[in-house]
Amino acid sequence: MTVGAPTVRRGPIGPHQSLHRKASRGSILADRVATAAMWGTGVFVLLLLGAIIVHFAVAAIGIVSPSFVLDDPSDTVLGGILPILWNSIYILALTMLIAVPVGILAGIYMSEYAGDNAATNAIRFAEESISSVPSIVVGLFGLILFVSALHMGFTALGGAMALTMFNLPLMTRLAEQALRAVPQEERSASLALGATKWQTIRHVVVPLAIPGLVTAVILTAGRVFGEAAVLLFTSGTGTPAHYDFSFVNFNDPSWATTSPWSPFRPATTLSVYIWKLNSEGLGAFKNQIVDGSAAILIGLVLIFNLGARGVGRLLTRRLTAA
Amino acid sequence: MAQVTTANRIGSLRAAPGFLERIDIPRRVVFLAAASMIGIVALLLTFITWQGLQLFLKDGVSIGQVLSPTWQPDSTSSGLNFGVLPFIAGTVFVTGVALLISTPLSVGLALFLSEVAPAWARAIVQPALEIFVGIPSVVWGWLGLTILVPFLSDTFHQKIAISLPFVGEVFSMPGFLTGFSWLAGSLVLSVMILPTITSVSYDAFRAIPQELRTGSLALGTTRWQTIRHILVPAAMSGVLTAVVLGMTRAAGEALAVQMVIGNSPTLPAAITQPVTTLTSQITLDMGNTVFGEPWQDALWTMSLVLLIISVSSVVLVRLINKRRMGS
Repeated sequence: MTVGAPTVRRGPIGPHQSLHRKASRGSILADRVATAAMWGTGVFVLLLLGAIIVHFAVAAIGIVSPSFVLDDPSDTVLGGILPILWNSIYILALTMLIAVPVGILAGIYMSEYAGDNAATNAIRFAEESISSVPSIVVGLFGLILFVSALHMGFTALGGAMALTMFNLPLMTRLAEQALRAVPQEERSASLALGATKWQTIRHVVVPLAIPGLVTAVILTAGRVFGEAAVLLFTSGTGTPAHYDFSFVNFNDPSWATTSPWSPFRPATTLSVYIWKLNSEGLGAFKNQIVDGSAAILIGLVLIFNLGARGVGRLLTRRLTAA
Repeated sequence: MAQVTTANRIGSLRAAPGFLERIDIPRRVVFLAAASMIGIVALLLTFITWQGLQLFLKDGVSIGQVLSPTWQPDSTSSGLNFGVLPFIAGTVFVTGVALLISTPLSVGLALFLSEVAPAWARAIVQPALEIFVGIPSVVWGWLGLTILVPFLSDTFHQKIAISLPFVGEVFSMPGFLTGFSWLAGSLVLSVMILPTITSVSYDAFRAIPQELRTGSLALGTTRWQTIRHILVPAAMSGVLTAVVLGMTRAAGEALAVQMVIGNSPTLPAAITQPVTTLTSQITLDMGNTVFGEPWQDALWTMSLVLLIISVSSVVLVRLINKRRMGS
């Protein structure tokens, strides 16, 4: 799209060809209406988000309390969600343990090494494909691969690996963006000093990209935390009644399937729990538990998002001031 | 680029690279990490395709039957029939209405952010959109279930009809009996895909050179005329990409839709009635079926259909963008 050179008018300009044709009243009215409508969309989004946050803040009153977070689930009283919350954190940690290193390494390749060739094109295509595959299909893939083909059953590890596959493209893309944002001069200066390409990446590019990389990790973590469809068929939907956190003796044969520290046990996360309670829950406190859990999820989403911004900004200031 | 060349030239003044430097282990490691995504896609395509074809290969169900409108997968009922047409139609219709609602809203919002909003308004709306993206789909489903569904059934319970004098009734539609409906699913989806369509079309509007705006405004057009006749056509391929990505997300969304749509395995009749989609039926039935039985094989076939939809949308987006590059 190029803008051609302005055409120079020759000859006198007639009254009907004045350079500044005044906009008609109709078009001014249309402009006003359209501007109001566009402002309206912005206001709509803010109101909707505000309403959702207020809704859950109100719903959380009387439900979310220290005991709700720290107690075991119960059929007879409101109880708590401690084991489920623990599973969410556990699977998040396990997923990030795999996704962060692989994603950053892949981001380094895409930003520093990838040339304009068939291999790069294939990787981009794969990246876009995984991003567009529905999460439920990724969950089903995990079901065949981990649960059935590898005979793992429903495990936290299988869920974490399926989540890793699902979130690797996001982590890679965000890491790539963070690394690409490092000015070219920094690389040139390092190479000019005789550093090898890898030394340059390790000691110059990656350290400079740390704020962006940290933001990438937090944003990916936020998405992992809320995901349910991937986990439905990989880490299971059973509700754990109680976790014995002192069960750390992994020589015990029952450790693998019952200890909360083991990756080889089924692990229902908070999002999956909400879905499960809604679809089959019959307990008297079902609605309260779902409201409370959803409020906690929304709160964590807010923390992750604001945290990503805050930490990124803080690190930038720290690192650039030093 | 010139600086890199200089750096490379200086680099070549170094001593000849040693063995370790020649095989360049770091490069191989990072390449492997990136290429692992190709491996994941290849595995995923292979496994889902293989499982999805079992219905035809092992159970001997014909393609004609799969495309029929009758879903009777339970072996206790008389005459098994694995017609997945209601699910495909449900996905297409629910997604279609969601796009009809969400596209004008999202493109309007993208235009607001790129053309109209002062910096302070952008600084509020953009983070808000990022939080929108982060809200888990089960939470959207729960909001739909506890607020939208009761609202629809309370407010529009009666038959909805339009009558004209002399002509009589020109349009009528049953009311929302339960509130679980096609429209509820579309409304929930339209909010969920709003950030996707908005952010991609926002990028498209931002990429338009400033000269196009100033040139148009200098001719005496209003801002809206510039948007309508210059900016929207210029950003069309980007907006189309945004809509395709929104469509993919809507068609693949499972849990939120399943919670509000009513899950009735029949062809969609009216926007007020319960329908079902590919994703919601898979979510509901997968846990209740046995691996290897025809019922579950039909679910795998449905997930293959979902996979085909998503991969073809990636190809479609590439085609749209290639045409833009070419022109």
